[in-house]
Amino acid sequence: MFFDSDLLMSALRALTPILLAALGGAVCERAGVFNIGLEGMMLMGCFTAVATSWFTGSPWLGVLAAALASAAYSLILAVGAVTLRGDAVVLGIALNLLAVGLTSFLLRTVFGVQGTFDDPSLAGLPLVGGFSPLAYLAWASVGVAALMLSRHVWGLRLRGVGEAPDAAATLGVSPVKYQYAAVLVSGVLCGLAGAQLALGNVTLFSENMTAGRGWIAVVAVMLGRALPFGVLLAALLFGVAEAAGFRLQGLGLPQQATDAAPYVVTLGALFLTTARRRRRTPATSTTADPTPTGAVS
Amino acid sequence: MHRIKAVVASPVAFSVLAGVVIGALFLVGTGADPVAAYEAVITGSLGADGIGSTLTTLTSVLGLALALAVPLRAGLINLGGDGQLVLGGMAAAVTGLYSPLPAPLTVVLSLLAGMAAGAGYAALAAVCENRFGVPLLVSSLLLSYPAASFASYLARYPLKEPGSSLPQTRQLPDGVALATFGSSTVTVGLLLVVVAAAAYWFTDRRTAFGYEMRMTGLNARFSAYAGVERKGLTLRLMAVSGALAGLVGAIGVLSFPYRFLDGSLTASGYTWTGLTAALLAAASPVGTVLASFFFAVLQVGGLSMERTTEVPRELTQVLQAIVIVFLAARLRFPQWWFNRRKEAV
Repeated sequence: MFFDSDLLMSALRALTPILLAALGGAVCERAGVFNIGLEGMMLMGCFTAVATSWFTGSPWLGVLAAALASAAYSLILAVGAVTLRGDAVVLGIALNLLAVGLTSFLLRTVFGVQGTFDDPSLAGLPLVGGFSPLAYLAWASVGVAALMLSRHVWGLRLRGVGEAPDAAATLGVSPVKYQYAAVLVSGVLCGLAGAQLALGNVTLFSENMTAGRGWIAVVAVMLGRALPFGVLLAALLFGVAEAAGFRLQGLGLPQQATDAAPYVVTLGALFLTTARRRRRTPATSTTADPTPTGAVS
Repeated sequence: MHRIKAVVASPVAFSVLAGVVIGALFLVGTGADPVAAYEAVITGSLGADGIGSTLTTLTSVLGLALALAVPLRAGLINLGGDGQLVLGGMAAAVTGLYSPLPAPLTVVLSLLAGMAAGAGYAALAAVCENRFGVPLLVSSLLLSYPAASFASYLARYPLKEPGSSLPQTRQLPDGVALATFGSSTVTVGLLLVVVAAAAYWFTDRRTAFGYEMRMTGLNARFSAYAGVERKGLTLRLMAVSGALAGLVGAIGVLSFPYRFLDGSLTASGYTWTGLTAALLAAASPVGTVLASFFFAVLQVGGLSMERTTEVPRELTQVLQAIVIVFLAARLRFPQWWFNRRKEAV
């Protein structure tokens, strides 16, 4: 049978890093910061997790260090986009490029290898009930994020800042504070995503190992309309595509076809949802920019 | 004089300087002498041994920088350069291998096929935005992955060179190659790219289309109000962008080793270097050429820096990204710095 519990399990494993990163992206989106630096933040998390786990022998310290390092890294976006009002799109692209360069540079200076660092004594995360502990954390984060955004005063203020920053400021809510907080939260979540990828899904670091997962997370935020449960569904779609790809590879399909599957599925899903949304709101949205991805100043 | 001051006071000068200074800190951090390292970058890339390599790199970097600058001028970002580049290379390889025409015509046909493949694929990303409302940034990037996988599949299975252990096509027939200058690795491709840059400059400065493009980049709503048809503009700009990326792919295949080798076109990250150069120059034609040259020097010089100081060449990648971080954050020399100097004079 093609769709069985094994497939579901591997889909759920593939989904964890995307889900964590996408939740971070959703929080930023709600606060009005367009964050496409998820990929770079994740990659920094991957490297920090592996390096810390290697030198301390503890994967838990690796997870902690990854969260802190990515949060620190995300400050570049916060300072650049919120305080200095720079272009978030360009900053995000720069963050992704910087992460690739920085981690490759550190890989060679710290470990003296090029390409991949892989050692049998590198300690990965243990499995609890078939999943990494970070997977449970990711699922719990969906509920927490949904609750915070819809019920807690912080979430309401955060959304207010995203929707009408001037109105929020008039009411005494500092947009800068909430946007910084949102970016830092996304940094922490991306750090955890990176740790999960490098110490959970596999136990190694290789150059550019995130391989577009951060971008898939950006798309998951769009697909899920920045709602935590929407983002969960979108990430699940990607996880299933990836797991089904592996399965099909076992059935003799070339690896290249299955590699491309998640991206094609994601794009297809975007077509379907935006087409449906357009039918619902005809003609009104022709002049307005649908997303904040437009211009470079 | 006023112009010089404006250039120095611009965020570009500040960003480049910041990149160089932070790079020096990295060098000191790894125990290397920053002066010797930067000297190695310059002599290694502009000296007699390095200039050929720099010009070869410049061919790819400038081609892709132009490809990304064209849509950027109108405020659009094409993140799918890698996919368009690879498809262009693959189309050129297939044409070169199977064209029945004489070799010189086959070369021209290969270049055109590469441009057509890149243009078509980039136009697909534009259609995704225009018809389906998927932002260009995302559609172009997502389309890039299947393109790379498809080309990789072709190079590994149907078109693989029999008996080879590498994922590559057969070598192109004799004569199906771009002419080189003397014994160097610099090909006529450099001329093609320079001509493209000149055409971009002319279009940008002297034509109505260039004006529409710049207006849309400066203020999309204004240009829409003035009657610029946004969707058509997106489609045309993306097609041009993809054609240029495809051209670079075709040039790569028609130069040494005269075949499509899986991963070789994208391995050096020229697409991202090109994007960095286009962003640094704010897509202005002359600026894009200068920025591309700067990054080609960095990239080639990085190799000789690695040989002399044992600092990994990945540092140049870090430098590039730092320049863009500072640029995007719109940092510049503070105004008082200039006023103080004026008083001193």
